[in-house]
Amino acid sequence: MHFGPHLLLAALEGLVTSAVLALTALGLSLVFGVMRVVNVAHGEFFMLGAVLAWAITTAIGGHPALGFLAALVIAPLIVGAIALVAERLVLRRLNYNPEATIVATIGMLYIIQQLALTFYGPEARPVEPPFSYRILLPWFGYSGYKLSVIAASALLLTATWLVLTRTRIGLVMRATQYDSETAQAFGIPVGRVYGGVFALGAMLAAIAAVLIVPISQAHYLMGQDPLLLSFIVVIIGGLGSLRGTVVAAVLIGLSDGIISMFFSPTLAKIIATLLVAMVLVFRPQGLFGTRSR
Amino acid sequence: MSEASPVKAYALHLGVVGLLFVLSFLLPEYYHGLLARIMVLAVFAMGYNMLFGYVGLLSLGHAMFFAAGLYGAGLAVIQLGWSVPAAFAAGLACGVVVSLVIGLLALRTTGVAFMIVTMMFAQVFYLLILYFATWTGGDQGMVVPQPARVLSFGATSLELTNPTVRYMTALALFSIVLLVTLAIVRSRYGRVLVAIRENEERTKMLGYDTFSNKLAAVVISGIICAASGAAYALLFGYVGSSFASVQYSILPLLWVLLGGAATTLGPLIGTLFMYYVIDITSGYTSAYLLIVGIALILLVLFFPKGILGSIRQRWLGWLP
Repeated sequence: MHFGPHLLLAALEGLVTSAVLALTALGLSLVFGVMRVVNVAHGEFFMLGAVLAWAITTAIGGHPALGFLAALVIAPLIVGAIALVAERLVLRRLNYNPEATIVATIGMLYIIQQLALTFYGPEARPVEPPFSYRILLPWFGYSGYKLSVIAASALLLTATWLVLTRTRIGLVMRATQYDSETAQAFGIPVGRVYGGVFALGAMLAAIAAVLIVPISQAHYLMGQDPLLLSFIVVIIGGLGSLRGTVVAAVLIGLSDGIISMFFSPTLAKIIATLLVAMVLVFRPQGLFGTRSR
Repeated sequence: MSEASPVKAYALHLGVVGLLFVLSFLLPEYYHGLLARIMVLAVFAMGYNMLFGYVGLLSLGHAMFFAAGLYGAGLAVIQLGWSVPAAFAAGLACGVVVSLVIGLLALRTTGVAFMIVTMMFAQVFYLLILYFATWTGGDQGMVVPQPARVLSFGATSLELTNPTVRYMTALALFSIVLLVTLAIVRSRYGRVLVAIRENEERTKMLGYDTFSNKLAAVVISGIICAASGAAYALLFGYVGSSFASVQYSILPLLWVLLGGAATTLGPLIGTLFMYYVIDITSGYTSAYLLIVGIALILLVLFFPKGILGSIRQRWLGWLP
């Protein structure tokens, strides 16, 4: 294969990564933006989504599309419910103190990871894609499912954007983000908004995981990389900015895909992490973000 | 508070050191080895406490300081064939360099950004260890050969692999760091650090250069953690990348939170307690990370001051 098609393949792979990353990072970004909570357990919600997707598709059987659709609906709901419980039981009692919540979410990370290891086991398990149509390009065939992941992610991102900017729920969320005390004074149930946002953030990660699990397998440690990459995306895109998050996700996903195809993936990670740390040190508002409050 | 009772404070700390010395002759073999390890790791926790407890800077990347000492000392012995004291010094030097660079960069941020930045630098450090697997042994790690682990003074030589020598060396390091920490927190400089923790703006207004004070604290913390790492490599003979992973940045936080942040003896108590909890529960379950997770959540929810912190608040106000 020549360089051109090789690059195209790398770019396509990168776009799939970007699509999943954008959804995951958006969840992290919403939680941070509205609640000012850095959710270290976010990657574990992602992992839970994938593991649940495996469990649901195995339980339902039959045509792969049936199980997959069920997983796409049920897995995020379960993960959202777990997140809601965690938020009510732990984060709310900590008054959303930024440092205490980081320690608490680290605790959640360990608990969820260990429970997944105990009940799901250390194996990586595959989930069958709902359809196995291959699109034939002149140089290579490409999985139609992967392209549909990109489309689904774009759809979901647009939907989230519409909810945030055009609906009452979005308005309430933005008001809480802007100034929670004033929002409270105007009768917005800030506590309930926080619970909802935390659950929504976890659900976005779970949906991303269900989408990716037919491509990469479900494993109890699979939450580590998305967590780190989401942090990177959210920081580069500017904390709490949706447009920045999407742009950064595409940027990071593409460069990750291309760099890891031509160089060592470890080196790619080292460079990306170091660059982001430097961004945080020298330009804390992010590359695209506006001044954060 | 502590001004009134310097004698009491020093007596208490010397008493703890004495108790640990006596325990060396009383403990059965298994716990003897375990306690030596706990003392070395408690030094790590004390280094962490220096920054987290007294300056209020929560770092999520201290594994890199520990690993700087661990690899600095380990590589000096394995790759360069240096003697034990020289290797220990090399470990400390690595700790100084790493903490100085990280301090200069990370201290430009505060709060949550500081936590994330330190975590990311530690991750870079960890990945670098994996990337240069030819020298570092990658995720397999390296074993420091037994014949190299000997302290020699002229004709006499002490083998660090001997349990008693190992215990006493660990105790010596622990006692030195404990007393140095006590001296630091009781000094003028220690008061400035606490003032920064309580109200940085006001401390700045009173004319203190908070940045260089914080930087010094990061370096002191880095040296102590590196000392712990170097001692770990030389005493226990294993240098591995897992010690640089995020988990080893979280563990000292857990130990300090449990024992009591900003107490000199808290790190020891936290490390000891956590090790015993894991030791006991490992009889029932292999899921020790679950215990760590639950402990972290319960601590921040119900005992944010930790064991010694609560004791100091209720009964012993003079506790340093």
